[in-house]
Amino acid sequence: MHRTPLHSVHRRLGARMVPFAGWEMPVQYTGIVAEHRAVRTAAGLFDVSHMGELEFRGAGAAAAVARLTCADVDRITQGQARYSLVLDQAGGVIDDVIVYRLGDRHFRLVVNASNTEAVLDHARAVTSGIAALECNDRSAEFALLAIQGPRALGIVGQLAAGDVTAIGTYRCRPGRVAGHPVLLARTGYTGEDGFELFVAADRAEALWNDLLAAGAAAGLQPAGLGARDTLRLEASMPLYGHELTRGVSPLEVGLGRFVSHGDGYVGAGAIAAQRAAGVPRRLVHLHLAGRAIARQGYPITTAAGAQIGTVTSGSHAPWLQRSIAMGLVARKYSATDTELAILVRGRAHAAIVVARPFYRRSD
Amino acid sequence: MNIPEHLHYTAEHEWLHQDGEITVIGITDHAQGELGDVVYLELPEVGSEIVQGESFGVIESVKAASDLYAPISGEVTAVNGDLEAAPQRVNESPYDDGWLIEVRPSRFADEQDTLLDASAYRDLLA
Repeated sequence: MHRTPLHSVHRRLGARMVPFAGWEMPVQYTGIVAEHRAVRTAAGLFDVSHMGELEFRGAGAAAAVARLTCADVDRITQGQARYSLVLDQAGGVIDDVIVYRLGDRHFRLVVNASNTEAVLDHARAVTSGIAALECNDRSAEFALLAIQGPRALGIVGQLAAGDVTAIGTYRCRPGRVAGHPVLLARTGYTGEDGFELFVAADRAEALWNDLLAAGAAAGLQPAGLGARDTLRLEASMPLYGHELTRGVSPLEVGLGRFVSHGDGYVGAGAIAAQRAAGVPRRLVHLHLAGRAIARQGYPITTAAGAQIGTVTSGSHAPWLQRSIAMGLVARKYSATDTELAILVRGRAHAAIVVARPFYRRSD
Repeated sequence: MNIPEHLHYTAEHEWLHQDGEITVIGITDHAQGELGDVVYLELPEVGSEIVQGESFGVIESVKAASDLYAPISGEVTAVNGDLEAAPQRVNESPYDDGWLIEVRPSRFADEQDTLLDASAYRDLLA
């Protein structure tokens, strides 16, 4: 089991540790609901060092990322970040990633912990013909801290040199926070504003402690993977292994706007065919009428009881205070206001298709 | 850890309170802490029978659904309806407002040997 550079910090804070994608990670410190609310109302600090970092450098770097991901790489300028996907030949999802362009010939891909090796192997295979390319797994060198919530910018701003609010959404730049050299990226996975901070592994504990101390008065709390999951679900963000798998097309999950119309990336042919023919399923967002929880794998049926799909994620939504779910259903049942049902332990519970996202911050 | 002396316990982290002919059942402080925030319960109907060792309902936290196992056999005489709107009472008050069901035991003389007293339950958690 891998441990992040912050393992002893989590222990000291009394976190409940759980295995996740081969890593021993904090699922909660005080409680998922309290941590979720802290992120919506103040700020939360997450250790997401299990995420993988793959780097592409050299004259062939842009061509490699353009082959490996379905992003329009020539439209990502230096200092920009872009959500993207790594697809297989059939258009199935190998991973969802964030591409950071750190230089003209330098890209960093942040990949899911469980997929780091698969993406690296795939990258080496599909870019083998590209000259002047260095492709490295740098995951062990970095810790990744996410500080998210309406007060996150103010807390980071207290500790940073320069004006951090000048870093736009989905932009990044190197800088210092509490004296520690970091890459500040205005990205996240909670539906709130905030930063993700890449820091050298041996500086992670000091940065974590400096952030928590500076943010204490503003209500900053450590937050675990449990809250990260409920926050991303409430913000209608997909999670690999749930909404995204090798058996799913990004078009089905509503991610078509992140998929290039070019033909240079792996999977482009399959995607073009799907665009022409239409996809059979759509991801829907569901409100359950009652409080029953719809978990991954539960059947989704019509109101009359015919099975038309499957739940991909579901939870009590701590901020919205209701039961929500996402699921893949036959396309004709995906319109907003369609009345469906979810079988929870064999019993039908009424649910209705709602517009995405479940939650959008107001600012 | 709160383990009241006057209750009986099970290895499945439930408590029982003998109140004349009726037994009140809930989950322990330890159990609610392990589960985390309780967000939904599926409890039996009044009048139904529960059987020792078999599932009589489900308790769901944010992270997972867990079966509730009947600590004794009997007929359900009351269900805590307040938990429908306020499942968090199981966390806030596991031995009081967060009770789950009341049962009229049917085989208590045979089944009571399987129950633990407070000190035995404390040893189990140690």
